[in-house]
Amino acid sequence: MKNLMATALALTLAATLALPPLAQAREVTFTTELTNYGGDGAYLALYLTDGDGKYQKTLWVAGEKSKYYKHLRDWARGSGQRSDEYDGLTGASVASGRTLDLTLDLPDELIDAGYEVRVDTAVEDMRDNRADIIVPLTSEGADQPVSGKGYVQSLRYTF
Amino acid sequence: MPRSLHSLLGLTAAVFIIVISLSGAVLSLNPALERVETVIPASGQVSVAELGGKVAQHYPGAEQIQRTSSGTLIVYYTQDGRSGADRVNPETGQGIAPYVPSAFSRWVKNLHRSFFLGSAGRAVAGIAALAMVILSISGTLLLAARLGGWHQLLRPVRGNLSQRLHIELSRAAVLALLLSALTGVYLSTSTFGLVPEGVEAEPEFPLKVSGAPPAAIDTLSALKTIDLNTLHELVFPYPDDPEDVYSLTTDQGAGYIDQASGEWLSYRPHDVTYRLHEFIKMLHTGEGLWWLGLILSVAALTVPVMAVTGTLIWWARQRSKPRIADNSHANTADSVILVGSEGNTTWGFARVLHDSLVQAGHRVHSAPMNQLAPHYRHAQRLFILTATYGDGDAPASANRFLTRLDNIPQASILPVAVLGFGDQQFPRFCGFAKDVEASLAARGWPQLLAFDTINRQSPQAFTRWGNALGNILGTELTLTHAPKPPSTTTLVLTDRVIYGTDVQAPTAVLRFKADEHGGKTSLPYFEAGDLVGILPPTCQPKRQTPRLYSLASASTDGSLEICVRQHPSGLCSRFLHELPLGGTIEAFIQPNPNFRPATGRMPTVLIGAGTGIGPLMGFIRHNTYHRPMYLYWGGRNPQSDFLYKPELMTYLADKRLTQLNTSFSRIEQRAYVQDKLRDDAPEIRQLIDKGAQFLVCGGRDMAANVMATLEDIIAPLGINVATLKSQGRYREDVY
Repeated sequence: MKNLMATALALTLAATLALPPLAQAREVTFTTELTNYGGDGAYLALYLTDGDGKYQKTLWVAGEKSKYYKHLRDWARGSGQRSDEYDGLTGASVASGRTLDLTLDLPDELIDAGYEVRVDTAVEDMRDNRADIIVPLTSEGADQPVSGKGYVQSLRYTF
Repeated sequence: MPRSLHSLLGLTAAVFIIVISLSGAVLSLNPALERVETVIPASGQVSVAELGGKVAQHYPGAEQIQRTSSGTLIVYYTQDGRSGADRVNPETGQGIAPYVPSAFSRWVKNLHRSFFLGSAGRAVAGIAALAMVILSISGTLLLAARLGGWHQLLRPVRGNLSQRLHIELSRAAVLALLLSALTGVYLSTSTFGLVPEGVEAEPEFPLKVSGAPPAAIDTLSALKTIDLNTLHELVFPYPDDPEDVYSLTTDQGAGYIDQASGEWLSYRPHDVTYRLHEFIKMLHTGEGLWWLGLILSVAALTVPVMAVTGTLIWWARQRSKPRIADNSHANTADSVILVGSEGNTTWGFARVLHDSLVQAGHRVHSAPMNQLAPHYRHAQRLFILTATYGDGDAPASANRFLTRLDNIPQASILPVAVLGFGDQQFPRFCGFAKDVEASLAARGWPQLLAFDTINRQSPQAFTRWGNALGNILGTELTLTHAPKPPSTTTLVLTDRVIYGTDVQAPTAVLRFKADEHGGKTSLPYFEAGDLVGILPPTCQPKRQTPRLYSLASASTDGSLEICVRQHPSGLCSRFLHELPLGGTIEAFIQPNPNFRPATGRMPTVLIGAGTGIGPLMGFIRHNTYHRPMYLYWGGRNPQSDFLYKPELMTYLADKRLTQLNTSFSRIEQRAYVQDKLRDDAPEIRQLIDKGAQFLVCGGRDMAANVMATLEDIIAPLGINVATLKSQGRYREDVY
């Protein structure tokens, strides 16, 4: 199985989320495994929402062509597809059955604070999945794979 | 220029174009297949609101309704935490079957657009599409030139099997192929951002929604106004989110609809470029136009056949191109040799002249007569060596020479020497060479050397001509040419039927097969109407010239069939008549592509006498498509030399032969074949009105009588045989 490894990204989420001044950051790895849905490469958007599902911040967008981003519907709506929301946070689409590994620095304040990680997915000539998977970002949730309802087989994060 | 572009491009791109065409042929069947499984309600009959309501009943967890360009309706839903997709009936909203996109189609699609090679592959596919555009256009130009102009583009064609297939298929498919290729080029360039593809409308996401409790979907006013047939997709709001909205995309635009009030919250039409892009995509894929998809699919299937036949045609041309050592470029040569040849024998003489001139220190350019250039920069003299085809016609490599000559500017005129090759026993001996000489004289080309002829490939006559030329050039030219005998195949006589012994015209129908003892298991390739050259065994040291007989069968029939009358003094005919079953002959094939029915369904009038029935019989035998075929044939006595009588009766019965008209010259009501033609004059004129063509085979006298009679018959129509000949509708095989 081929892993797609995103370079570690130091995200200064605190500034945009109006959180208390950044105390400490933590390296978090998100492992997103796709099912064998049997289609062309999937477009994925990993992003953070608050507990009500309100968009906060883009973590990663997999897929090269921005003209297809509108199919990542909830993310597109929340982010307004403004390129400054995802500049430097994009990579290749993820093929059927493959896994996307993403490592980035997240501020401690985001953990156990009611935030959720969501993934929207889309595949050419197949259905779009809004919130294919929703996972609360908590300490207990670490290392616990959670299965999605669309093309996401499981999402797991480790600190 | 168009020819070399066409060949070179075709050969280079063949593999890619074959893959793209075959995969395209498979893909463009999909819209029709999809159409068969889909009910499409009449426009205005079902609204999106109505369908949405029905779908919501059957699928409480419906999330999205999608309509493909071909009209298939798909509902995406979530049930018990798992998502699913079903095809649904547009009238009832009921599920038909789970929707599973075909993995095979996806595979073919990726092969079609990128050869599984990502962006690089997409670029190759785009270039292959461009190559197809250029091939279609250059091919059409070539065909127009070959057939004598744009208005002749649909004229029936002759030629060998590869040529006929190539031309017929391309004429049938070129418009569809051009559509596929042009739209393919557009789609490819738009993928790479070289031309704008437009953007699907992206309406503003509404900041404010009514927030009131949701209304049933079939009551929403905005959805009621949208016809189902214009739907692209409808995304449902999350069930428990009062802030969420319906998002709708149609042919015309996209917008958001309030789930409580049913009003548009925002809407934006697609831009014009995007709609154009979608339209072109429909023309390319047939999605939304299933019948066009079928046409494109069938047309695409012709491409592999054209690639193969095109390669064969190219290969045959390369092989028949005489290889001349030290052939200078047209613009550097001081001497130019142009050759008119049907079976390549004249080329042998040209090569000797070429080599001798080169040895004498000249720079020489040799080419077929059809390649006459408007100007040769350094040329000081021109030689024309040409044979004559049939009754004074141009041989294959010279059939466009006289037309080209009309366009040569006065300033390019050179001293010219014309040498004709032929056989003095024909009345129009060297007829074409004489026409060429006369045309040149009329246009003021000075003579380098007086017009001369070579009878029956005489080496002595050629040497004499060389001496005369040497005197003029001031060098000694020794032209010695001994024509090389063609390479032959051994054939075994397997069957003989004799007719006409009682009327002093013993005539044999002979069938030969490949000599299996000699290791050859298959016959060389030939078609009915081609010629077989047979070398009689020599008893004297005298050089034997091969005797040519017209073939009554094609190699696909499994045997080589000729019809031979024994002449009292004929060496070869006696040899053949006396050959025992199982005896062998040495033979070679000489293609005769100009003597066979042109393609198409126009009526064909076959006229012959005696053994001239041979090739005509072959044409009838292969007329399995039942085009109207009329045979006029003359013999001596129906009791004795009615050649092929039983077979002809069979073909009349199974409609391969439309009408049989015989005349016999040694019975009480003696008549010749031309008499029968005259009796049928009104019918003949009717056939000519229907585009009929004439194929005449037999002795010289008979052919002359037939032509004279036909002149009389068609005079009232205001045309003559020359007109028919120029339209390719009157062909002779005369001996």
